[in-house]
Amino acid sequence: MQTPVRPLNLAQARDPDFQAAVARDSGQHLASCYQCGNCTAGCSYTPDYDFPVHQVMRLVQLGLKESALSCRSIWLCATCQACTTRCPNNIDVARVMDVLRHMARQAGYAPEPGVKTFTDSFLASVAKHGRVFEVGLAAVFAIKSGKPLQDAGLGLPMLTHGKLSLTPHEPEGNGKAEVAAIFARFDRVAAQKARAHSPGETPGNGKKGGGE
Amino acid sequence: MSAAPSNPLTLAYYPGCSQTGTAAEYDRSSRACCAALGVELVDVPDWTCCGSTPAHTVDHFLAGALAARNLLQAELAGHDRVTTPCPSCLAALRTASHHLAEAPAENGAPQDSGPNYRAEVERLLDRPAPLRATAVSVLQVLTEDVGVEAIASAVTRPLTGLRVAPYYGCIMNRPPGLMQFDDPENPTAMDRVLEACGATVVDYPFKTECCGAAFGMPRLDIMQRLSARLLDMAASCGVDAIVVACPLCQMNLDLRRGQVNAFSHSQGGTHHAMPVPYFTQLLGLALGLPESGLGLDKLVLPLGPALTAARAREDERIARTQAELAAKAARKNGTSANGNGSKENTPCA
Repeated sequence: MQTPVRPLNLAQARDPDFQAAVARDSGQHLASCYQCGNCTAGCSYTPDYDFPVHQVMRLVQLGLKESALSCRSIWLCATCQACTTRCPNNIDVARVMDVLRHMARQAGYAPEPGVKTFTDSFLASVAKHGRVFEVGLAAVFAIKSGKPLQDAGLGLPMLTHGKLSLTPHEPEGNGKAEVAAIFARFDRVAAQKARAHSPGETPGNGKKGGGE
Repeated sequence: MSAAPSNPLTLAYYPGCSQTGTAAEYDRSSRACCAALGVELVDVPDWTCCGSTPAHTVDHFLAGALAARNLLQAELAGHDRVTTPCPSCLAALRTASHHLAEAPAENGAPQDSGPNYRAEVERLLDRPAPLRATAVSVLQVLTEDVGVEAIASAVTRPLTGLRVAPYYGCIMNRPPGLMQFDDPENPTAMDRVLEACGATVVDYPFKTECCGAAFGMPRLDIMQRLSARLLDMAASCGVDAIVVACPLCQMNLDLRRGQVNAFSHSQGGTHHAMPVPYFTQLLGLALGLPESGLGLDKLVLPLGPALTAARAREDERIARTQAELAAKAARKNGTSANGNGSKENTPCA
C-alpha cells in the first residue's frame, strides 16, 4: 500500500542555479528549513510520497535537481496547506511544492501521469468553456487516463439526484472568449520561455488536447 | 468604490463552477440563507473559472490571471468584496488579491526579485488587474457580518437533538496569513453557526484533515484512504451527519461514498451511511426556509432519516425529563406532606 521512500543520493551533482530558481520563483528563504519534519508529520499524503515533504525541501537545499524534479511527491501534494501553516520558520512549503511541479512539467517529467492528465483535462475544459464542465471533464479524463469504468458507477446517483448536467454552463457574456485569450497568451509565453531556457525541449504548458 | 450599495450587506457573489453542477444545492442554499439573513448577493457579471487547484499547479501567473479576471469583473461593477461558498474558489481569489496587493501598480521591485506578479498577470489579462477587490467565504460573511447572535434569533425550527461533526476541509482557514479567518487548526465558525441552529456539535478531531481533494479521479486509492478515515472518526463521535462547507469534500464523502465504503470493507472496516449536508442546508432548515429551496433532494445519502432519528431521540429525552420532573414533584409533595423541609430548590449533588 505504502510507496517506498527513495534513498537520498548525495553523490549527485549539486546545481546552485536550481536552488536559486526555486528560491526566486517561490519567494521563500529555503536555507531557513532546519529539517524539523513538522511538515511531514502533518502531511496526509506521506504514505504515498517517494520523498516525504521535508526531504523534498532537503533536496532543494542540496541542489539535487534531478531527484527533486523526478519525484512523485510533488505531483501528489494536494496543496492542503498543513505544511505551510505549521512550518516554524514560516516557509510556504506548499508554494515550493508548486514551483517544483511547474519546473518538473517544463522539464517533461510526469511520474504520476493520471494527475497530469487530470490537470490538463481540467484546464482544457476551462479554456474551451470559460468554466469547468464537470461531466465533460470526467468523460475526457476517463478516456485519456485509460480507466474508463472507474467512476461509471457514479452516473446513476448523479442522474437520480439531478447532478448530471449534460451541457456546460458557459459564461453569458464575453468571459468565454477572454478566458480563451488568457490561455492563448499563456501558451505563447510558455513556448517562448521553453525556447529561451532549454532549446530542443518541448514546453510543458497547461493546455493540452482539444477538450470535450 | 463609486456606486456604494444602499444595503451595507450587499456583496458580489461568485458561485464557482461546481455550484452550477454537482454542488448546485450549495449554491441554492447559500443564496437562500443569505437572502433570509439580509445579505444581498449580486452575481459577478459574466464570471469565469477561478483556475482552482489545477491552474496554480501549472503556473502562478496563469492562476493569478484566471482569478483576477473575476475580481476585476466585481470591481468594475462597484464591489470590493466578493463572497463565494467554495473554499477552492476562495483560495484562488484570495491568493490573487494577496499577491496583487504585494506587487504595486507603480511597477515597484517585488520583494523576491522575481518577475513582477502584477505585470505578469496583466500581461495575460491584457488589461489592468484589479486594485482592491478581494474575496471572503459565505461562512465568514454569515459569522462576521451577520453574526451568530443574529442567526440564533432568526432560527424558527431549531435542529434540537441533531448530532453533527463540523468538517471544514483543508483550505477554508489555511494558510492563516492568506485566509485571515478563524483558527487554522481548530476553526469554530461553522460550530457556532450550527449551535445557533440548535444542533449538538461534537468536538470533531479531523476538522481540517484532507479528504483526498481532487484525487478521486486520478488516484482513487488515495481519496478512499483519506475519506474513510474521516468517516470512521465521525462515526466514533456518534454523529447523525458530517456537515461540510466544500463541494469537493462533499463529493468525496457523499457521491463517492460507495467507493469509500468499498475500500473500508476491503480493510475490514465498516460501512457508513451518515449524510453529508452543507452547513447552509442545515442553517436553511433551522431558519424555516422551504426545503425545496435548499436542494436536500440532491444529497445522495438522504438527510431525512438523520433528522427523524434526532427528532425521535429528542422526543424521548423530553418525555424522560418530564417523567423525572413529575416523579420528583410527586416525591416532594410526599415529603412536604410529612412536614419535612420547605425549600423549593434542592441543591444538586
